Amino acid sequence: MTDPLQVPYRERERSVTMEPVDEERLHDELFTINIGPHHPATHGVLRLLTTLEGEIVRDVKPIIGYVHTGIEKSCEDQQYWKAITFVERMDYLVYYFNAMAFCMAVERLLEEEVPPRAQYIRVLHLELNRIASHLFWIATGALDIGAVTMLWWGCRDRDLVLDLFEMSGGQRMHTRYFQVGGVMEDLPPGFEAKTREFVRVMPQRLDQYLSLLDRNEIWLQRTKGTGVVPVERLLELGVTGPLLRAAGHPWDLRKATPYSSYDQFDFDVPVGTVGDNYDRFRVRIEEMRESLRIIEQALDGLPEGPWITRNRKVALPPRHELATSMEALIHHFKLVTEGFRVPPGETYAAVESPRGELGCFVLADGSSKPARVHVRDPSFVNLQALPDMARGGLIADFIASVAMLDPILGGVDR
Amino acid sequence: MPDATGLELIAQRVRDSVSAEAVTRAAFHREEATLEVAPAAVHDALAYLRDAGEEPWPHLMSLHGCDYLPEEPRLGVHYQLLSMERADRLNVKTRLGVEDPRLRSVVDLYPTADFQEREVYDMFGVIFEGHPDLRRILMPEDYEGFPQRRDFPMGGEPVLFTFNEAEYPRWYD
Repeated sequence: MTDPLQVPYRERERSVTMEPVDEERLHDELFTINIGPHHPATHGVLRLLTTLEGEIVRDVKPIIGYVHTGIEKSCEDQQYWKAITFVERMDYLVYYFNAMAFCMAVERLLEEEVPPRAQYIRVLHLELNRIASHLFWIATGALDIGAVTMLWWGCRDRDLVLDLFEMSGGQRMHTRYFQVGGVMEDLPPGFEAKTREFVRVMPQRLDQYLSLLDRNEIWLQRTKGTGVVPVERLLELGVTGPLLRAAGHPWDLRKATPYSSYDQFDFDVPVGTVGDNYDRFRVRIEEMRESLRIIEQALDGLPEGPWITRNRKVALPPRHELATSMEALIHHFKLVTEGFRVPPGETYAAVESPRGELGCFVLADGSSKPARVHVRDPSFVNLQALPDMARGGLIADFIASVAMLDPILGGVDR
Repeated sequence: MPDATGLELIAQRVRDSVSAEAVTRAAFHREEATLEVAPAAVHDALAYLRDAGEEPWPHLMSLHGCDYLPEEPRLGVHYQLLSMERADRLNVKTRLGVEDPRLRSVVDLYPTADFQEREVYDMFGVIFEGHPDLRRILMPEDYEGFPQRRDFPMGGEPVLFTFNEAEYPRWYD
C-alpha cells in the first residue's frame, strides 16, 4: 500500500479505480473523495480534496479560486472613492471591515484626519457588522451539524442588524457607507432608539442560542475535542481572529494597536482554553456580547461634530452649498469626474475583522487611481489551518471544523 | 513601529549578520518602517529577523506582490512582519526585474507563506524556489499570463452572452 501523501496531487484524482478489492485490503484502502465545489457544507465554492481511510480523514487539500473575480485588478481601474464599492464585495459578509481597511490605508496615504464623530459611527457599524457576521456564521455552521432551527433564528436576528444598516446607509448589504475621511451621512433620526432596542433584545437571543445548542448532545459531541490545533501551529500558519483566541492567545488588533478610537472603549477579549471547535463557538458567542457593550458605549459617548472631514479636496461638499458656492461646485465637479489624487506611497492598514486580521495594502502612484490594492483576507490565510484541524478526525467532525473555521469564499478568492 | 533610529539599528544588525549588501534601503515614513532587502538576501534576512536576539519578528502577517511600472526593477514583494509581544510591525520588501523573477521561498521559516507565495506567483509570475507546491491558486491552472502585472490588459477576455456567442465560435475549446 503506497503512502497517499506521496502520490502527486494530480494523480490523486485518478486514484479511484474500479478494481475489485480483496478481503484483506477491504478495510485499509484509502479513498479520495471530492467535497465540493458545490456542496452546501463548504460555505461557498470551496473544493476539498479529501483522502479518507474509512471514516477517518487522512489528508485534505483545499482547492480555491472558483469565485475569483479579479476585484484587486478591477480596483486599479477605479478612482479611490469608487474602489470602495469593489473592496466591499470581497468578503461579502463583512463589507464594513473591507471598506474600513481600505479607507484607513487611503487616509494614511493622504494624511487625512477622521473626525471623532465619524470614528464613533464607524465603530458602531463595525461592531454591528461583527454581530451580523457571527450570526450568519452560527446560523450556517449549526445547520451543517443539523441544527436547522439555528439557521432561522440566526438569520432572523441578523435581519435586525441589516434593518439598521438600511436606515443609516440606505442598503442592507454593501452599503458603501464608509468614505475616505469619514462616513457618508450622519446617523438618521430614530437610528439610536432602534439600535438601543437591538442591544436590549440581543443578549436574550444569545441566551436562547446557548440553551438550544449548549446542552444539545449532538452539538457537544461534534464540537468538543474536535479540530484541535496547538496554538504554536496556529501562529506559524498565520491564523488570527477567533480561531487563535479560542486556542488561548489573546491577540486582538482592537486592543493591541487601537484604530478608530477603539482605545476609548471598555471591552474584554474572550479567549478559549482548549482550542477545539467548542471553544471557537463559545468565543464567538462571547464576542457578540462584547460587541453589544461597545455599541452601547458608542451610542452613549457619540461626540458631536462633523461626520466627514471638512477637506473639500477629499470629501464631497454638502448638497446645499452647490447652489450658492462656486468653489463648492468646482470641488464637486473635480471629485466626481476625476476623483482626488493621492500622493505616491504605499501602506498596509490592518483591522480586526470577525475572522481575523484584515489588512489592506494600497500602492499609490500619484494619480487618482490606486496602482495596487491587495487585501490580506483572514479567510484565505486561515484556510491553511484546515488540514491540520481535519487530519486524524472523523469526516463528520471535519465538516464541523469547516463550519467553525468560518471561511468566506468571496474573501478567499477575491 | 520601530522609530527611525530603531529601524537604522535593525538595518545595521541585518547588515552585520547576513551580509553588507543585504539591506539596500531603510525608509521610515508615515510611522511605517520599511526595510528594502536585496532579492538574494531575502531568505537570510528574514531568517535572521524571525528569531533575532532581543527583538524578534516571529510572525508573517501578509506577503503580497505589486508592480511598480514604470519604475525599474518593476516587481516588488512585500513581507509584513509582526511581533505580537511588542505589538509592532516591520515591512520588509524586495524589488525584482520582470525578466525571470526568482526568490527563495520562505515557507520553511513561515508556513503561512504557502498560499500567499502561490498567489504572488499566480498574479505576478515570481518563482519562489524551494516552495513545496508552487501552482496557480486563484486563476485556472492552464491560464497564461500574470494578470496583476500592470501591463496585463484589463477586460482582455470576451464575456460570453447569448447574443455574442456566435462571434466566438468554439469558445468552449
